[in-house]
Amino acid sequence: MVPFAGYNMPVKYEGVLAEHKWTRAEAGLFDVSHMGQARLSGEGAIAVLEALTPTDFAILPQGKQKYSLLLNEEGGILDDWMVSRPFAEGFMLVVNAACKEQDFDIIADFIADDETGADVEFEVLSDRALLALQGPKAKDVMKGLCPAATEMYFMECGTFQLLGEVAYISRSGYTGEDGFEISFPAARVGDLWDELLSNPIVKPIGLGARDSLRLEAGMPLYGHEMGAGYTLAEANLGFAMNKSRLARGDIKGIDRLRAQLDGQLDRVRVAIRVLEGPPAREGAKILSEEGAELGIVTSGVPSPSLGYSIAMGYVPPASSAIGTKLKLETRGKPYAAEIVSLPFVANGYHRKPKG
Amino acid sequence: MKFTKDHEWVNITGNEAFVGITAYAAEALGDVVFVEVPEVGKVLKTGDSFAVVESVKAASDVYAPVSGEVIEVNTELSGAPETINAVPEAGGWIAKIRLADASELDALMDRAAYEAYLATL
Repeated sequence: MVPFAGYNMPVKYEGVLAEHKWTRAEAGLFDVSHMGQARLSGEGAIAVLEALTPTDFAILPQGKQKYSLLLNEEGGILDDWMVSRPFAEGFMLVVNAACKEQDFDIIADFIADDETGADVEFEVLSDRALLALQGPKAKDVMKGLCPAATEMYFMECGTFQLLGEVAYISRSGYTGEDGFEISFPAARVGDLWDELLSNPIVKPIGLGARDSLRLEAGMPLYGHEMGAGYTLAEANLGFAMNKSRLARGDIKGIDRLRAQLDGQLDRVRVAIRVLEGPPAREGAKILSEEGAELGIVTSGVPSPSLGYSIAMGYVPPASSAIGTKLKLETRGKPYAAEIVSLPFVANGYHRKPKG
Repeated sequence: MKFTKDHEWVNITGNEAFVGITAYAAEALGDVVFVEVPEVGKVLKTGDSFAVVESVKAASDVYAPVSGEVIEVNTELSGAPETINAVPEAGGWIAKIRLADASELDALMDRAAYEAYLATL
């Protein structure tokens, strides 16, 4: 157990490597109840979300989920959010544990200062826990417990009955695998945890494997690839922004964002494969082949699925092309590496067929 | 065999010693995926960081339990770092050191003392 964002969290149960591989092959169960959950509803809910993020929520129908970013006045990233609409009225928010007080204060302050008179209800759901069931066999596990939930596709969500309780379930997660995130009453989440683990396909997975899984999936992590000093253009998170919002120009830090999207970008998030030597960890310097300092590694891990080390970091756009050779400096020595495409490991999402 | 509070072991034959990390350390680190061994010929003082053992999550320094010169390193570890987890106190040795001062061994714990120390952690 380690302290994390004010909680004592399990880093590993059986071992990071075994848990990682289990999640990629079977189904892993993560307790992510430390993350913040809130409900925002009323006629003014969309306006609140759109004032704080670059996302178009008017086009988010019931039953769908979107990834979004909380921005500061300069367009820097204060947090990343999952916003879902599992019920007719309003939205569910899932935010990072370390940021939840800040995020909820920002929302509450915005509502308190709002002079439009629009009706908005904001409720922090501290009585709800959150479990993530992830992996190619997650659907087989859910079929036995809540078959209706398995009819959803990736990034869909809904309200379901599960063990006699109201569960908000989305078909998403943070591992690159098919899976489900289940918001459940905290008072009974132990029963759900035990019920899921009674299936031999399911094993509990700790924070260690959660990090190596998300990194293989190419997903940025708040506090590593994201922070107030980064913009969505630098972090390569354009999909959190809608073109309609860019056209309207009502995004925080829009002038800076437009300039960056027009090519005035000093650095960009890239995926790096380590070709020799030790794993590159957060903070390792990224050098050109000739030894010039280009940027810094923001996350790095020996990839359990691939058998070599992988990293994400920031480099100038001129050095960001796939195949660019680099050096990564670990313990004062440079080791060969190259830019590769994201994700490192192909995702297994249960996507809705096109057409 | 002798042990340190930093969870290294020393297995002495004459004035030479194999060194590695203990089973307790290997278990605490988790799956070892990379080991950086020292260069042969390197001269170590007690407490010097002379190797790095990396698990999926973190890199950990290994400190010299005794002073001396590295006369051999375990090259098997570059292809099979998991040996550290499998047999930490045998095939998972990291380096062989020619002792500079055998009297330093007196400061280390024997197995019973090390196990008593582990019980306090």
